[in-house]
Amino acid sequence: MEAQTLYEKLWSSHVVHQEADGTALIYIDRHLVHEVTSPQAFEGLKLAGRKPWRISSIVATADHNTPTDHWDLGIQDPVSRQQVETLDSNMREVGSLAYFPFKDLRQGIIHVIGPENGTTLPGMTVVCGDSHTSTHGAFACLAHGIGTSEVEHVMATQCLLQKRSKTMLVRVDGVPGRGVTAKDIVLAIIGRIGTAGGTGYAIEFGGSAIRALSMEGRMTICNMALEAGARAGLVAVDETTIAYLEGKPFAPRDAAWDQAVAYWRTLTSDEGAVFDKVVELDAATIEPQVTWGTSPEMVTTIGGHVPDPAKVDDPTRREGMERALKYMGLVPNTPISEIAVDQVFIGSCTNSRIEDLREAAAVAKGRTKAGNVRRVLVVPGSGLVKRQAEAEGLHEVFLAAGFEWREPGCSMCLAMNADRLEPGERCASTSNRNFEGRQGAGGRTHLVSPAMAAAAAVTGHFADVRELN
Amino acid sequence: MKPFTVLEALVAPLDRANVDTDAIIPKQFLKSIKRSGFGPNLFDEWRYLDVGQPGQDSTNRPKNPDFVLNQPRYQGAQVLLARDNFGCGSSREHAPWAMEDYGFRVIIGPSFADIFFNNCFKNGLLPIQLPAAEVDELFRQCEATEGYQLKVDLAAQTVVRPDGKVIPFEVDPFRKECLFNGWDDIGLTLRHADKIRAFEEQRRLQHPYYFS
Ligand code: SF4
Repeated sequence: MEAQTLYEKLWSSHVVHQEADGTALIYIDRHLVHEVTSPQAFEGLKLAGRKPWRISSIVATADHNTPTDHWDLGIQDPVSRQQVETLDSNMREVGSLAYFPFKDLRQGIIHVIGPENGTTLPGMTVVCGDSHTSTHGAFACLAHGIGTSEVEHVMATQCLLQKRSKTMLVRVDGVPGRGVTAKDIVLAIIGRIGTAGGTGYAIEFGGSAIRALSMEGRMTICNMALEAGARAGLVAVDETTIAYLEGKPFAPRDAAWDQAVAYWRTLTSDEGAVFDKVVELDAATIEPQVTWGTSPEMVTTIGGHVPDPAKVDDPTRREGMERALKYMGLVPNTPISEIAVDQVFIGSCTNSRIEDLREAAAVAKGRTKAGNVRRVLVVPGSGLVKRQAEAEGLHEVFLAAGFEWREPGCSMCLAMNADRLEPGERCASTSNRNFEGRQGAGGRTHLVSPAMAAAAAVTGHFADVRELN
Repeated sequence: MKPFTVLEALVAPLDRANVDTDAIIPKQFLKSIKRSGFGPNLFDEWRYLDVGQPGQDSTNRPKNPDFVLNQPRYQGAQVLLARDNFGCGSSREHAPWAMEDYGFRVIIGPSFADIFFNNCFKNGLLPIQLPAAEVDELFRQCEATEGYQLKVDLAAQTVVRPDGKVIPFEVDPFRKECLFNGWDDIGLTLRHADKIRAFEEQRRLQHPYYFS
């Protein structure tokens, strides 16, 4: 048999039916549901008199709208509350494999709770009405973000209409330097290929630097594959994957576990498999990254400067830079390390797992928030992450440093709840999008790793974490 | 989606060109968690004298007596006569949702905005494009005749006037089939339900651990 890429294996094992034009019906194993993109889908099903095809595929939680403090007061904003309550009643009516409602111990960001509960398993197709579903590709899953009408389509048919993607291998070899994390690696990749570089591709991340990452780090990388334009990111199964899943609540056990593991070990790209495109990076040359603009590809290193549009020949690019710098309130050629921040956000489905919090705490330990920083939010990705962090005493480190220790949720990643930037405020954020207004109207977002966010919090400006340790 | 076969129904004339989707359903109603219930807010700014809010009961709001859909003779209309470029502006699917929820099934006009035209078919609405002269004549007859009805036959692709004149129209064969059978994307996929079931059974045998 011809050597296959991991993507080809996952694709071909899920095709139910294929039209002459290549459009295929893909079977969906796992359907993740949250409160924002599901109400119209549930209603559409009901209006059409249809039943969900397989409720045991559904895993749901409320995350986008939930507050991160004063849970005793419930959800204050009536529109947010209605969305969350609508999910509650839909889940009551329809049923699911697992539902982690607001205030549940295991509630959290959908892309954090799926893996940590073992409901995301290698070899699955995973969909969610949320673009960062690519996160789950870290488990060698074919994971797609979908729209509301597709949410309804998957509920009703257990299938998604898809066309096959091209394949790209991003190989990162070598050993990254001290202070360089998965977030820095993926920002460097996006800086290299651009936010449209992955359009039309499923990106498999490979190479020794990726293999050396924990599952948390691999999820950070796949989470942002989407920001490189790809619909899906992938990492092959190895011992790290299998060790992570063993004993997770919804992972198979005993004989089923052995059977599953035997299959999962085949979920790698075969020796000699051909990709449509290959991109190579040397991890040793990657430095801590900071974005300066309003797109994740507008990124540089902590030792770098705000770029100068005057030096750019291409008029479209130059105008884009000028617009971004104006929005960001930045002057060309300013050293990145001289940019002061007003707020710091450590959280989101990119960087709110236990390892991220450990990295941030290692920097915060024995230090305190700088005077010019108005607020530092630490928002764990789930109730389980929160509990683990508290067991390790990380919350005490954060609190001693003057950071706020919050309840889990999406929080200031998209500012749908009360956590947001004021107009003109500048934020060092561990999230994935620095678009205009993303963290609040007029807010200015710089994407960084958790360690770099903590460094900005304690120094009051972007700082090289390698000089702090 | 409701299948569309033959409709014989009351006609209402909306004599304005370039009716945009913001006029069809104003933006404040997009916050809703529903895709039904937009009917009372169809053409909200034209139908009512006050400014509508989402979630508000519209029954007792002051109505604009001059707006055509508020006239008693057009109550219960299921066919809308429109002018050029109906449905232009934002791509919101709420516009056909509102048209459908209000009770319209057919819109006849000389031209439609592209996205709105597509969205209609996905939501059980039939937009019919006719030559401007034919549309003019329909407007004249409709305004002159109380209780004016048209018969729309999708299979035959005809609009039949009360005076017996038969006006043929064009419709894309694939869309026609979907609308005639009431198939949406889901309906189409469900034609393969046996295949999906067979695939699922096979997968359950091979990989039982994905199904617990
Ligand atoms: S944390 Fe942010 S990116 Fe992730 S699911 Fe929530 S809103 Fe989306």
